[in-house]
Parts: sequence; structure tokens; C-alpha cells
Amino acid sequence: MNIFDILGPVMVGPSSSHTAGATRIGFITRKLLGCKPVKATIGLCGSFAATGKGHGTDRAIIAGLLGMQPDDMRIPESFEIAKQEGLQFDISNIQVKEAHPNTAVIKAIGEDGRSLEVQASSLGGGRILLNKIDGIVVNCTGSCPTLIIRNEDSPGQVAEVTSMLYQKHVNIATLQLYRDKRGGDAVMVIETDQPVYKATICNLEQLEGIKKVTYIGEEEQ
Amino acid sequence: MAFHSLEEMVRICNETNLAFWEIVLREDMSERSVSKESSFEMMEHMWEAMKEAVEKYEPQKTSASGLVGTMGAKIEEYRNKQKPLCGDFVSKVMERALQMGESNACMKRIVAAPTAGACGVLPAVLIPLYEEGRVTSEEIIPALYTAAGIGQVIAARAFIAGAAGGCQAEIGTASAMAAGALVSIQGGNAQQIIHAAAMALKNLLGLVCDPVAGLVEVPCVKRNVVGAVNALTAADMALAGIISRISPDQVIDAMREVGESMHVSLKETGEGGIANTPDARKIKEELGI
Repeated sequence: MNIFDILGPVMVGPSSSHTAGATRIGFITRKLLGCKPVKATIGLCGSFAATGKGHGTDRAIIAGLLGMQPDDMRIPESFEIAKQEGLQFDISNIQVKEAHPNTAVIKAIGEDGRSLEVQASSLGGGRILLNKIDGIVVNCTGSCPTLIIRNEDSPGQVAEVTSMLYQKHVNIATLQLYRDKRGGDAVMVIETDQPVYKATICNLEQLEGIKKVTYIGEEEQ
Repeated sequence: MAFHSLEEMVRICNETNLAFWEIVLREDMSERSVSKESSFEMMEHMWEAMKEAVEKYEPQKTSASGLVGTMGAKIEEYRNKQKPLCGDFVSKVMERALQMGESNACMKRIVAAPTAGACGVLPAVLIPLYEEGRVTSEEIIPALYTAAGIGQVIAARAFIAGAAGGCQAEIGTASAMAAGALVSIQGGNAQQIIHAAAMALKNLLGLVCDPVAGLVEVPCVKRNVVGAVNALTAADMALAGIISRISPDQVIDAMREVGESMHVSLKETGEGGIANTPDARKIKEELGI
């Protein structure tokens, strides 16, 4: 945690976990979707379900989906703004096995027809953890540049990707690997110290065996 | 890696001849790889946001549940009409603490320090000093680094969330941060800063997190007052040369131990303590939560 996780964030109340964190979950979902969402189905579980309404968790998630950050004064009016902007939504309480107490599952459909399912938890102090994207475990915070790469589970994939990052002078902070079965679908979750340029992402996408590259972070050039 | 020990920080201060806040700044620059100017800019943003939150307080507004609101205005009116027992300055501290807590409950913009529920403590002690012209904005920024450094060590050694360690982890930490900030403003040394923090935390040890209906309103808003006033007294004790007989790091470790042994009903679940009184259960039922 850096000092501005302690002194900060500047946020709309009342709860850093249930309001600020919830806004960030909505915001990162929009970012991952890559466009304006037109439909969202939101499931709240645990404490989000129990005390979410009183904490404005529902309004906060919608605000995030509309592109608002935790300090946006319009968070309390997000339902009305969603109506104006043509975002249809449905919010209900759900149960997710072995999920963190403050967890939301968001199914979003973008204006270009793309769809995405995100499961994320709010850890306190406004910090969040992305648990799953489209059912695949990712466990990353999205607070630093992050690459989520889906690839075939075959030898050399990690070496290809990491050596390309090395060539571009990108230092890897953390690296996680997952797969559904031997030789099946695999995922690399790479958090980096430097931003990853668009050109690098294109190069990564062209590597053999790489199926999809998703990037969370400020894109440069 | 950020600091893990207040005593270690004092040792570094002594070795480097730097002030407590300077080593926190230095660590932030290295941790986030940012310039001094960029770090300062961020801290100034926090201070501006605190001042703005005070300006934007709405005296007549109540929270959606109706449980809190108007208390900040009542203290102000009381001070203007009568002579508060606590005196002018402390009554202003109380007023600011209530205002911030209420603004937070009303979904207005605040600065979490360390959490939203405890957002009133730090501005409550700093803003009245600033308003009375006893401190400038330039002097406030180092005090905020001091506060953040203390909070960071508490987060690393124990916790800062009510769900993890009870209210002592939120208001207790906020109070320790505020006490350190006050000592820094008054020109106290690093040793006095960490002892003020330790005394503030020690005096709130065991405080449970028992929000009525699970809302950050009752008793949270008023606990910001106790956190702020407690910080003033701890800072004055430290500045008078009084020390915590238990070392500051050990006080934090004790807070962790107490938090870990606290029953889950007393850790932000809204099931125990004040939240479990007949009045609280009735409120919860009426709100349909």
C-alpha cells in the first residue's frame, strides 16, 4: 500500500469498500469492455448484497460503468444518468462460492455488441481485486499496467511474451499463470512497472499461440 | 517496501538528520517512482479536497436513512450562543469532525483517512488550526506526510479496516495519524511524533465496529469526534514530554492482537454491540435492511 492508499482516495462517501471500491469495479469493467456499455446485469454477493443499498453500492457500480471515478459527485444520481445515456441495468443479490465478502459479478454488453463478464471484489480502502474475466481466474488489482494474455498451453509461450517485454524495456512486477487443462487454454497475468505501448500489444497479439491480449492501464502512443 | 516499524523510522530520522515527514516523502518517491513535485502535488490535492469538503457541508442535509445530519450545524449554533465546556477551539474540532462524518454519510465528497468512516478525524484537527491562522498550507503538507507514514505502518503491522480489526483499526488509526500530524505542526521531534501516535492508539484500544443497520452512520459519525479530541490530548501529552511506556510498535501489535481476538459480530457485520441493541434492531427493521 502506498501513502495515498492510507491518506486518500478523495471519494464520494459513505464507504471506501462499498462505494469507492464499487465505483472502481464498474469503471474497470467498462475499461475491459473497451466501449460504452448498453446493458449490464449486476449480481451482488456477501456484504455487498446485505448492506450495499445503504452504502450506495448499486449506484456506485452503475456510476463506474458510466465512466465515473470514485470522486465523481454525480455518483448518487447515476441511475438517472444511466437512463439518459441509454444504459439498461438489472441489479440483484446472488451467491458466489468461496467469494470475498464484498464481491460483484457484472455481465456487460457494449454498444458494439461485445460482451464481457467480470467478477471483482472490494478489499477495503477503495482497493479492488479482479477475480475473474469471462470465467478465467486473473487475480489482479488493475492499479498498475496489466496484461491479460490468453494463449494455448504449449512450451515457450511465456518465454516469447516475456522476451518481447524485455526487448521493449518493460519490467515485470508480477507474473501469474493459469490453465484449464494440460494443452488447453492458458492465461498469463502480467503486471508491469512501465506502461505497455499499443505497438507492443499488437506484436504480442501476432505471436503464434496467443489468442487474445487485454491491457489495463494508461495507453501511450 | 514501505516502512514496517515506527521505531525504525525514528532511527532513520536520527541517522539521516531528516524529519519524520521527509523520510515518508522519500519513500513515496521511491515506491511510486515519482518526483518530489509530483508527490507534493498529490498531497496538496488531498488537502484541497479536505478543505473543499468542509466548504461543501450542507447544514440541513440528512443521510438517506435519516439517522445523521445537522449535528455539525448544532455544535456551531451552540458555540455561538453559549460557552462550550471544551472551549472555542475544541468545539470547532468537534464541529468539523461531525461535518465530515455527516457529509460522508450523505454521499458527498470526502478524503478517506485512512477510511471513509474515519474521514473526519484528520481534517477536524487540521482545519480549525488553519482557519485560526495558527498554521499555513505549507506547514500542513509535511503534517499530512507524517500522518500517512504512521497510517502506513499501522496498516502493515495490523489493519486499518473495521471489518478486519474493529473501530480501533479505523478511528484508532485515524487518531494516531492525527496525533502525529499535530506534533509535527507544533515542532515536535520524530520520537514525540511516534509516542503521540502510540498514546492516541492505546487510548482507543478495544473499540469495536458496530454500525447500526450496517450503515456508516451510527455510531461512526460521533466516533470521529472522539478520535479527533483524543488526538489533541495525545499530541499535547507527547509535546509535554510524556511518553508511551509501551513502545509504539508494540502498541500497534497489541491493537492487532485485540482485533484478531475480537468476535466477528463486532467487526463491521452490524450484528453486535450498539448494532444489536433493541433500538438499533428497530431502526434496521424500519429501514427494511
